Amino acid sequence: MTPTPLLDIHDLHVRVRHRGEQRTLVRDVSLSLDTAESIGLVGESGSGKSMTIKAAMRLLPPGATAEGQVEFGARDVLKLNRRDLSRYRSREVALIHQDPRAHINPTRTIAQFITEGVVHTGQMTKDEAVERACDLMADVGITDAQRRMRQFPHQLSGGLLQRVMIVAALLPSPRLIFADEPTTALDVTVQSDVMAILGERIRDRQVSMLFVTHDLDLAAAVTDRLAVMYAGTVVESGTSAEIYRRPLHPYTAGLLQSRPSTAEVRRPTAIPGRPVAAYEAGKGCPFAPRCSFTTDRCHTERPDRRTVEGRSVACHRVEEIADLLKEHAP
Amino acid sequence: MTAVSDRDLVVDVKGLCKTFHSRSGGSREALRDVSFSVERGSCLAVVGESGSGKTTAARIVAGLETASDGTVEIIAPRTAGTSRRGVQMVFQDPYGSLDPRQTIGAGLHELLKIHGLRRKAERSARATELLESVGLDDRHAAQYPASLSGGQRQRVAIARALALEPALLILDEAVSALDVSVQAQVLNLLADIREQTEISYLFVSHDLGVVRQVSDTCIVLKNGRLVETGRTADLLDSPEEAYTQALIDAVPRPGWRPRRRTA
Amino acid sequence: MAVTLAAVGDVTRRRFAAMGRPALVASAVVAGALAVLAIIGPWIAPYDPDATDVLSSGQGPSARHLLGTDSLGRDILSRALAGARLSFAGPAVIVLISTVLGTALAIFSAWHGGWVDRMANRFLNVMFSVPGILVAVLSSAVFGAGFWAPVLALGVVYTPYMARAVRSVAIRERHQGYVESLQLAGMSSWRIGFRHLAPNVMPIVVAQGTYGFGTALADFAAVSFIGLGVQPPQAEWGVMVSDGRSELLDGALQQSLVAGTLIVVTVIAFNVLGAQLSTRSGGRR
Repeated sequence: MTPTPLLDIHDLHVRVRHRGEQRTLVRDVSLSLDTAESIGLVGESGSGKSMTIKAAMRLLPPGATAEGQVEFGARDVLKLNRRDLSRYRSREVALIHQDPRAHINPTRTIAQFITEGVVHTGQMTKDEAVERACDLMADVGITDAQRRMRQFPHQLSGGLLQRVMIVAALLPSPRLIFADEPTTALDVTVQSDVMAILGERIRDRQVSMLFVTHDLDLAAAVTDRLAVMYAGTVVESGTSAEIYRRPLHPYTAGLLQSRPSTAEVRRPTAIPGRPVAAYEAGKGCPFAPRCSFTTDRCHTERPDRRTVEGRSVACHRVEEIADLLKEHAP
Repeated sequence: MTAVSDRDLVVDVKGLCKTFHSRSGGSREALRDVSFSVERGSCLAVVGESGSGKTTAARIVAGLETASDGTVEIIAPRTAGTSRRGVQMVFQDPYGSLDPRQTIGAGLHELLKIHGLRRKAERSARATELLESVGLDDRHAAQYPASLSGGQRQRVAIARALALEPALLILDEAVSALDVSVQAQVLNLLADIREQTEISYLFVSHDLGVVRQVSDTCIVLKNGRLVETGRTADLLDSPEEAYTQALIDAVPRPGWRPRRRTA
Repeated sequence: MAVTLAAVGDVTRRRFAAMGRPALVASAVVAGALAVLAIIGPWIAPYDPDATDVLSSGQGPSARHLLGTDSLGRDILSRALAGARLSFAGPAVIVLISTVLGTALAIFSAWHGGWVDRMANRFLNVMFSVPGILVAVLSSAVFGAGFWAPVLALGVVYTPYMARAVRSVAIRERHQGYVESLQLAGMSSWRIGFRHLAPNVMPIVVAQGTYGFGTALADFAAVSFIGLGVQPPQAEWGVMVSDGRSELLDGALQQSLVAGTLIVVTVIAFNVLGAQLSTRSGGRR
């Protein structure tokens, strides 16, 4: 039997109140993450990927509720009391946001931002924290750490600020990092840089990562496993390399074909329609309205997750269409 | 007007410079001596990272910004009686590109009226035709932008631009904010429109994959200067400048690994 | 009273805005009912509001006179109902003037931006420093007491508040893609301003106008109270509070109390409604 996973999300549902009705945003999501493993949570708008990690940190917006289990080290995060929750958030996990500038207080120095958390929770003294932060800054390629620590956020570029975020996230030595589209706001060259640094650091320290992104190519390159989300559910999960090479779910295949290549001119095969959120999906397979392989069953019966070729796929017709998808793969 | 050589150009930009002055007395050079041209019926991509000046260049060509120096020549018949110059533009943000308080149909009617279609029946027919050309239909005409998805809004924005029959359509990161699966639809739509009409595109983008699919020629900007120019295929397959190569290398693709810039 | 209300304006406004949906519904109901009263008030008044009756002067509430009578024997309920019309007409005109001027100024300066906007902004800041009541009093002193002098003066004084609220929204809209597309389509600035920018700033105009209505009502009543606005014997709430002062010595509270309560309730209802609308207008996208 495999060792207990670090994070085990089980049958997670997230609902939000909207004008008096309950809307489901995340439906029946299960995920498990081992120590030092990284998983890419990939999806388009409305897929529920961000809500999933918000639920896992219990940072859901007002009016949203989570059901199910989010087990971290055998304890259910959704049931932690205030003190344990605060400990969980400050020491066990860390979050890297999409837009660093919006999440750093512009009136405080970089040093204050980085060290505030660990000093406040009593994990380190101020001097210790500054010293460790400077070491970490050197690790992430910030050369003049001393000077940077005294600067204010507006004096740093977006890429540099995101590296500061990584330092702040790593300082309390968390065991798991949630990264919510950490490079979406950055230029591609800076993205490459930031992802390389983040990858190095988490491998070095045996930290696990849940990496949320809309970019399947990026996720496949930087994570061990992928979970592709659509309309609030995980439609396919497995090792990144296999999914990328041979997608089994029509949506995954569609995503791969939609992405234009820099190497050749190939009319992208667009998926018709638009992505939907969980509450907009009908009773059948949520992807059925956009899928080109549907039968009557797909429109009436929601497919369960099944294990096919060592992967978990939620599609009635995996076996029949696997070869067709292969032909389409880029 | 200088004589254009044997090439049939829609836009000829020479020595474009733009300096922004801030109120505190500081200034920032957004463009320095940038020249490019777009041939009729072709698509020129303007590529660069944030701060490269690509959007500024596009806005100057559109006439939304004035150049500090240099010339922009648009070789298209001016529509009499208006300040229109044969150039239309589609912007990045699908949520800001349509008036939230006007139905799609009413907006098209208003534009077509300006364009000189006086009879209502004529306008209605043309509006339907335009909506169909971007993959929408009459049902969408009665709707407000709020009830449309991001992809549908950008389609409407494209239809509105086409209503004025521009010689040049500027697309400023027009597909960047869309979901991947929808982005592909809009890219295909843009390709189809170009096949069916004589329209030319000035396609501003940071996304080299997208640029490869839609453009014939390409210029690369960095910090307001022109770095490289050439046919898109040549430029992406065998770039001459290290900067262009770095941009290409940074795009995630099969077998790609992120790399630190400064080791 | 108006001075106090204006001074605490920003703090209370934020508090009003934070009260949530029940406050929106309650304030809308109260404000709506009062507005209806202002229209039909004179018609449903049980007595002629100006008819004096020395024999029944200074009476307390009774079956014949539900709220009693004043020192001249006029029915207080009738005067309160009839007075609602003038009490509302004043602020209505004030809001109308400030809305037209303020919105036009805001859209104009947002459209042109640059130095035009900076000048407009500086001009607004100067106007903010002018105390409203003082201008209204001066206006009455110069042009004579009555309805119009303070109303026109307050209309101008309220303009910068409307302009400031609208300007920030107009600047945001100005740089939306749709506005720039319309420019590229060759549409005139006037048409874009009237047909596209104006409808899109309407939610904030309505919110600010509603909020301003409450404060303007208080200011207008204050001017009448000190004898420079609506002149007795015409019925108006500020005039009634003033008339009631002499009766206070005789222990008859009802005239001042009734008119004062009506003013306070109206001001609060419109202020709360305005603040609620303004928070809600932010999230229309």
